[in-house]
Amino acid sequence: MPWIDACAADEIEPEDLIRFDHGGRTYAIYRSPDDAFYCTDGLCTHEQVHLADGLVQDHEIECPRHNATFDYRTGQALRAPACTALATYPARVENGRVWIEI
Amino acid sequence: MAQRDYAMSGADARRAVETGLAAAEWYHTDIPRKEMKALMARADQPAIRDTGLLFGCMALFAGLGIALWPSWGSAPFWLAYGVLYGSAMDSRWHECGHGTAFRTRWMNDWLYQIASFCMVRNPVQWRWSHARHHTDTIIVGRDPEIQAMRPPALGRIALNFLGLLDAWQGWTKMLRNAAGRLDPDEADYVPEHEAPRLIRVARIWVAIYAATIALALATSSLLPLMVIGLPRLYGAWHHVMTGLLQHAGLADNVTDHRLNTRTVYMNPVSRFIYWNMNYHIEHHMFPMVPFHALPRLHDRIRADLPAPSPSILAAYREVLPILWRQLRNEEHFLTRALPPTARPYRAELHRHAPGVPAE
Ligand code: FES
Repeated sequence: MPWIDACAADEIEPEDLIRFDHGGRTYAIYRSPDDAFYCTDGLCTHEQVHLADGLVQDHEIECPRHNATFDYRTGQALRAPACTALATYPARVENGRVWIEI
Repeated sequence: MAQRDYAMSGADARRAVETGLAAAEWYHTDIPRKEMKALMARADQPAIRDTGLLFGCMALFAGLGIALWPSWGSAPFWLAYGVLYGSAMDSRWHECGHGTAFRTRWMNDWLYQIASFCMVRNPVQWRWSHARHHTDTIIVGRDPEIQAMRPPALGRIALNFLGLLDAWQGWTKMLRNAAGRLDPDEADYVPEHEAPRLIRVARIWVAIYAATIALALATSSLLPLMVIGLPRLYGAWHHVMTGLLQHAGLADNVTDHRLNTRTVYMNPVSRFIYWNMNYHIEHHMFPMVPFHALPRLHDRIRADLPAPSPSILAAYREVLPILWRQLRNEEHFLTRALPPTARPYRAELHRHAPGVPAE
């Protein structure tokens, strides 16, 4: 799968995420409190809501609609009402840009 | 207009799905991400303080009630204990169900289990039904938590001030679940793999009630049931009083919470019992914002919302005449004016709301 230049690293605040749309799909790109970058599908697996409006705490993303949480490093669903894991994609930073493999 | 069908598998439920009313996009006031993040931020401290106060008061009031039992002098303490058990636990159940009460997850889950037991709401089943209430707030046939249906069943609402129907339903459901069965509405929103957990909780509760009843029989005294079980009835009135104001008399089948939800200013004691859920439009628009930040959120977005009801009494003065009229004409409801600073209601967000708005 190709690596895509998604955004500048400093576009994402620490402990936050942004939405990234590409090729008709939507992704979420995260910056953890320890300054690592991650990428998952952009929609909650419960009811297809954009996670970009949600809340990042430590290594978890909380969905804005019903507060389901996922570990954005592994995609694992941690709290109902989500039961299905989020798909995750590799991410890396090069020269201040975030690249994701999708 | 045909009578509304509130069943989760009924005609209105099918129509809501066909017309795109179910799981629709809802109106939100615009708040920049940075501000929103600050409002959503979680903390343990406010909930630890309030939970300490809640359990401390419960122990004190129950202790005094037991000490003065069976004289009438114990009655005020039972009333106070009952409201904390049968009403404050409703708002704790609600906030912890959202996972917003504490920052630390195990604290949330721990209080959620206790509050669910007090309210006789299976913590597994209600987690799913409340998710639906947020996706499809007051959408007929989709929202399983509509209290004032149309036409309103006033007798039913009155009985619930003493928890009679709700708690009774809770206990019968508990027994059914403990026997390993789910009813069809439950099966509609509880995923299959959650059923064993739901059943296990119901069995634990049956064991607790059985022990309480056995103690009452062994001591030939009502006292154990005054502490566990009965306060769900004699203390329910406050959560029904505040809960009814959330949506009653307002539009149904709309996708703008300003049209179907009410914010009410309340006294500090009621706000403690209700854990700030009087800021109810704010809660529905942004369910990620914890109870302690709702007053701040209210200040931030009030210019975009209809004016709040100034008190519980004022809100009832607004609601009761509408419910009364709905007995004869269920299409009647209230649309509140927006301040000039607000973004106007968009017709397409309430094109499915039939009826005659009262101004
Ligand atoms: S849509 Fe994400 S938790 Fe329901």
